[in-house]
Amino acid sequence: MQVQKKPNSLFRLTATITRGQFVGISIIVFALLLAAWWIATATGEVKAIFLPGPPQVVARLWGLAQSGQLWQDASISIWRITVGFLISTVFALPIGVLIGCYKSWEAIVEPVVDFIRYMPVVAFVPLTILWTGTGDTQKYLIIWIGTFFQQVLLIMDNVKGVPWDFINLGRTLEMRESKILMRIVVPSAMPGIWDSLRISLGWAWTWLVVAELVAATSGMGYRITTAQRFFQTDLIIGYILLLGCFGLATDQAMKAIGRRMFRYIGAR
Amino acid sequence: MVPKLSISALSKTFGEGSRAVKALDGVDLAIGENEFLSLVGTSGCGKSTLLSIVAGLESHDSGQVLVDGAPVEGPGLDRGVVFQSYTLFPWLTAMGNVEFALKAAGMKGKEATDIARQHLALVGLDGFENAYPRELSGGMKQRVAIARALSYRPKMLLMDEPFGALDALTRHHMQELLTRIWERHRLTVLFITHDVEEAVYMSDRVAVMSNRPGRIKEAIDIDLERPRHYDMVATPRFQQLHRAVLDSIRAESIAVAQLGAALA
Repeated sequence: MQVQKKPNSLFRLTATITRGQFVGISIIVFALLLAAWWIATATGEVKAIFLPGPPQVVARLWGLAQSGQLWQDASISIWRITVGFLISTVFALPIGVLIGCYKSWEAIVEPVVDFIRYMPVVAFVPLTILWTGTGDTQKYLIIWIGTFFQQVLLIMDNVKGVPWDFINLGRTLEMRESKILMRIVVPSAMPGIWDSLRISLGWAWTWLVVAELVAATSGMGYRITTAQRFFQTDLIIGYILLLGCFGLATDQAMKAIGRRMFRYIGAR
Repeated sequence: MVPKLSISALSKTFGEGSRAVKALDGVDLAIGENEFLSLVGTSGCGKSTLLSIVAGLESHDSGQVLVDGAPVEGPGLDRGVVFQSYTLFPWLTAMGNVEFALKAAGMKGKEATDIARQHLALVGLDGFENAYPRELSGGMKQRVAIARALSYRPKMLLMDEPFGALDALTRHHMQELLTRIWERHRLTVLFITHDVEEAVYMSDRVAVMSNRPGRIKEAIDIDLERPRHYDMVATPRFQQLHRAVLDSIRAESIAVAQLGAALA
């Protein structure tokens, strides 16, 4: 009897690939994108004022790095996003957990949050400038408006996903409600909450740059606006790519920390 | 003698108005001290609801549930529950899960550790103390859950189709394991199942529940000798009892089918 040929494992539903294969494929995709960019600009197909080539962008970034400008811009933005994201998270955690657990809290908070969530964050920029000026507080405020409301709903869903029998088990052990909340519900929801925070951090980056683009005297978004005035497309592209790298780095870092903290659920 | 658990005229309705569903209607049942009673019935007959009410996790509309003569008011450490979903906390090891219950029951460090270890050994899980739930098979997880429920010495064990999610082979192992533990340590057990053979093999008495609204249709004494072992399944007496329980349930399913046909 002939053994049936196994379908190619790369293209089989649910088939796993090795870590090496995964990284290899990812690198190839990045390399292809880079090559396409390079070719399009090197052949003169796309004019440098619209899209400068990789060497030009790298040279510009290198120059800014040498002068210390790059680090100054980046450190200010990183500081702002750290503070803004932390403030947002500190508020969202308890509120998200509470409305995930108690219907009464959900009735108070959820409809309002859902409503505000659909308001365009960008439209708050002029208002926040009016309220708090153009300093760092305004940046924190925009990051907060952009991430807090999303975080609350994500965390609520994480908490609602805790199996009812876990809570019932706590009850049969005569645990107090507050203990069930802290010792069963929160640890049970934690891996999901961590994922939600990781996703919302990505949005926070967007809102930071939006805030800096409109009204700022420092930071990466500000540098992009000034570059626009002088048609420094290479700087703009460079900073956009750099922001992408920061986003990717923080995302991977949080994933790695999550894998360590929640080792018990195994790799997913 | 006062029964360990006494349920009388218990009724429960879910929902309101035209959507109301009467789940239980006048359930009467008594379980004696150290008796192993199985409750069988077609799915949806309300047997799990009954267990939830006895566990104190669900309220009831009328009637009475007494444990040692005292009415049940909410869940308590005197009634250990084993759920069909294993309900092991994934962030704790097998040991950690048992210790969690012992600590909730007020036991301290070293003592809790010792007792947890003893109970894991009791269910044959020595060597797996430090395994996380994801590293355990379904049967092993349920053994941890049983160890956990036994560890803090409740007056009775309430088991809601604990082996329902296991494959046939593992289920047989678990039935033998539980029977062995029970025969050695004796405990009042209310065991819910829809597996008639399982019910007859393990129990002192099998109560058959009628279809919705559920009430106890009859209780059949299982006069097989103890200790039980699996060879008994082939004996004529076992077959007879098995048949009797099955017939009693089947009468219910036929009634449902006829009702369905009449309505159609």
